[in-house]
Amino acid sequence: MKRFFAQCYIWLLLIVLYAPIAFIAVFSFTESKVLGNWTGFSTKLYANLFTGDMQGSGSLMSAIQNTLLIALVAASVSTLLGTIAAIGIHNMKGRGKQAVTFLNNIPMLNPDIITGVSLFLLFVFLHVSQGYTTVILAHITFCTPYVVLSVLPKLTQMNPNIYEAALDLGATPFQALRKVLLPLLKPGMISGFILAFTMSLDDFAVTFFTRGTIGLDTLSTYIYTDARKGGLTPELRPMITILFLGILALLIVINLRKARAAEKAAK
Amino acid sequence: MKKSDNIIEIKNVTKSFGEKCILNNVSISVKQGEFLTLLGPSGCGKTTLLRMIAGFGSPDSGEILINGTDITDMPPHERPVNTVFQRYALFPHLDVYENIAFGLKLQKVPEAEIDKRVRRVLKMVSMTDYEDRDVESLSGGQQQRVAIARAIVNQPKVLLLDEPLSALDLKMRKDMQIELKEMHKKLGITFIYVTHDQEEALTLSDTIVVLDDGNIRQIGTPTDIYNEPQNAFVADFIGESNILNGKMIKDRLVEFAGHEFECVDEGFGENVDVDVVVRPEDIYITNKLESAQFSAKVKSCTFKGVHYEMFVDTDKGYELMIQDYNAFEPESEVGLIIRPADIQVMHKERSMNTFEGEMVSEDSVKFLGAEWKCEPQSGLEAGDKVKVEVNFSKVDLIDHPEDGNIEGEVYFLLYKGDHYHLTVRTEHREYIWIDTNDIWDKGDLVGVNIAPKDIKIIKCND
Amino acid sequence: MTKRSTWALPYAIFLVLFVALPLLLIMFYAFRDGSGHFTLANFTKFFTDKDAIETFALSLEVAIENTALCILLGYPAAWILANKKLNKSAVTIVLFIMPMWINALMRTLATAELFHMLGFQLGKGTLIVGMVYDYLPFMIYPIYNILEKMDKSYAEAASDLGATPWQVFWKVQVPLSMPGVVSGIMMVFMPTVSTFAISEFLTNNKIKLFGTIIQENINSGMWNYGAALSLVMLIIIGITSLLQDDKKELNEGRV
Repeated sequence: MKRFFAQCYIWLLLIVLYAPIAFIAVFSFTESKVLGNWTGFSTKLYANLFTGDMQGSGSLMSAIQNTLLIALVAASVSTLLGTIAAIGIHNMKGRGKQAVTFLNNIPMLNPDIITGVSLFLLFVFLHVSQGYTTVILAHITFCTPYVVLSVLPKLTQMNPNIYEAALDLGATPFQALRKVLLPLLKPGMISGFILAFTMSLDDFAVTFFTRGTIGLDTLSTYIYTDARKGGLTPELRPMITILFLGILALLIVINLRKARAAEKAAK
Repeated sequence: MKKSDNIIEIKNVTKSFGEKCILNNVSISVKQGEFLTLLGPSGCGKTTLLRMIAGFGSPDSGEILINGTDITDMPPHERPVNTVFQRYALFPHLDVYENIAFGLKLQKVPEAEIDKRVRRVLKMVSMTDYEDRDVESLSGGQQQRVAIARAIVNQPKVLLLDEPLSALDLKMRKDMQIELKEMHKKLGITFIYVTHDQEEALTLSDTIVVLDDGNIRQIGTPTDIYNEPQNAFVADFIGESNILNGKMIKDRLVEFAGHEFECVDEGFGENVDVDVVVRPEDIYITNKLESAQFSAKVKSCTFKGVHYEMFVDTDKGYELMIQDYNAFEPESEVGLIIRPADIQVMHKERSMNTFEGEMVSEDSVKFLGAEWKCEPQSGLEAGDKVKVEVNFSKVDLIDHPEDGNIEGEVYFLLYKGDHYHLTVRTEHREYIWIDTNDIWDKGDLVGVNIAPKDIKIIKCND
Repeated sequence: MTKRSTWALPYAIFLVLFVALPLLLIMFYAFRDGSGHFTLANFTKFFTDKDAIETFALSLEVAIENTALCILLGYPAAWILANKKLNKSAVTIVLFIMPMWINALMRTLATAELFHMLGFQLGKGTLIVGMVYDYLPFMIYPIYNILEKMDKSYAEAASDLGATPWQVFWKVQVPLSMPGVVSGIMMVFMPTVSTFAISEFLTNNKIKLFGTIIQENINSGMWNYGAALSLVMLIIIGITSLLQDDKKELNEGRV
């Protein structure tokens, strides 16, 4: 009985939580410009999205491209920078270590708007013209801490003799790094990369303040401008639906892998 | 340089971490094919020394030679030695086969040769059929075997083993000891083995080096170390023992525990203070009081599996530990016999505390890094260098470190039958020795006081 | 060996340039006027501007209400999810976590559109409900995480010592799960107090929050006043962070 009520509560919350997305998904299959107005089943919006044939502008397509490109570059650079930094931090001691860890925590604690405004002021102060580069630098700033925090635990969990064992068996320091250290850090680097990638995809405020005035749009800023103009580009509906299903698939894959790994460990 | 049959020579190696001296002028020679064990309590410097041979850390001074070549500054991957690490350090991302083949692949050994050698060592450690297994799925003992296989497959000149069995349970440890010993015979290479387990050291080694606080206390074969300990530390650390103060009356006659005993030692001189060691299994215990050398009363008797362990109070008030296959009831009167050959006589390392000191004023002297009140000294001025002597029994220890003139830590304690002989290490890592009837534990923080009248000052004649 | 500590150097320099310096610049600009002279005018302007103060108070109020609602709705959900007897399915957990991975603006937009279609008047009511929609998963996840990892023997020990199930819950499980709640508060309160786009969507620009004012000032070239407002927000954030003495919990909660 208790279980029944508990399940009711959980599913009720879930239904309420998912209602807006379901609503968007349903109305992605009709052509109507106004949401909530069903004008018959159609996949035209999906077709438009993929052919780039939209009345509003083709800028949705370029916003999507920008978003992916920025996320890819920022996540890659963050993974590299953050992994090297994590190895360094792991080998540091005392005050220096404290200082770096403290600074590393700030971008995660700061609200996006503060990160955005502060970086905006930095670029203004340094007279850097804002655009792609500044947005990518800004994204690296708030992504790298997550990589560092994903890689550091792998280092602390590692048997401290592992690296020495490689040297002992005749590996040069570089070989030991490449053949032993990096493969062992790989899971941390991958989860750090995924985290950085989604953080970057998700970001609105930091991009908004650091993109300058050259008309650079990511998906978030596109939606923001679009919504403020009053009418929501209808093609955003299939877009949101696809993204949602994509992430659902990704999460299921990740969780299946985790479950399988746990099963393997239990054996 | 003359090539000797020593594969490794450690010459005057000294190492400190900050203020702390880890190794103090250590010299050891290791013969080709020898099984040498570095034995000592934790923190004695044995692992530091092993890591230096492997190349992880370099000495502050001194050198390490392999086959007559100085390797002190050679990076670890170029050294002809391999290590079995304490917690194995197997690479979790590689399977058993790949772990073992790791070193050979780096040396670019042909694939077929690698395969042959890996299979050979797998067979040697009885791990055939396990080559595809994930190392983390193996038991502790199996991981241990893989770690050994991974090291010996590279055919090192010297195999270093850092407490390799410490993570295994007792039964497994005993089995692995036998296997290690056999492996050593089969391979014919030199093993350097680090352990804190004296029994393991006695079972396995050709030579044991006993280390304590960075100093070598004795080097010898297991029998030498057990039967003829050179000092009280070794006697106490290796096996169980009764260590008593004694006096060498003349050659072949020693007095301890209030009685005179025949012994086999000679050349100590006459009426010389010595330390006497008698192993608990070497004291014969009997009901027949008339045929015994001396008598005692049993205080306690505990069954230990193979033998009984008894504590007795002797007729002259000394407490002795005795191991025997027969049990004697507590409170019963027993007779004791000790055979001459079972008495080990050792030179006393010291008969009192002696310190280098300096007068601060007429009635105060500085030693052990502090100023002490003493009796007014005529004929001595501030700044005069002096030798200070203090009797073991004249040093007071206090519970509260801050109440003492100096602070220290009880570093080592020895029960001498009727009193404790303590070694207290001061903040400046100097030692002071104390005889006391009070009970202290190793690691206790204590304050040290000495009454002015007990500080004996001798002028240095320079 | 010690040499590898220098590997942190590039990132340390990066952090100084892109984290420490920008924050110092907020302070720098906040105390300057347009021509670069030291002034307190930006702050006097804020504290004497009735509209700005009211917006500030409203932002705090909305953030607190949102956080409280998230705890109220989220704690029972997290508790049920972490309780093996009440919930056996891992799918529900994934479903609760998933919204965290989806662009917040998109979710907000969908919510606003739904409200609109259902004929709700967009205003303070929809703002708070919409924000609960957005941030509820961020409250549930850290609490679930800590409850799930909690050693069952605490509860068993408590009932063994005579506690009723209700007492076990209030006297043992709730206090032990507080770090998760604190993480949740950080992850919900911070973004809500600083949001700007979300509030604009959910109220159709009728209600301005503090974040919107910062954004408007920065975008219209009033950097000094914008910086001063940002500094005020930083102080609020700093005070909230004091709640959280163990940063580790937060990091665990985030991933």
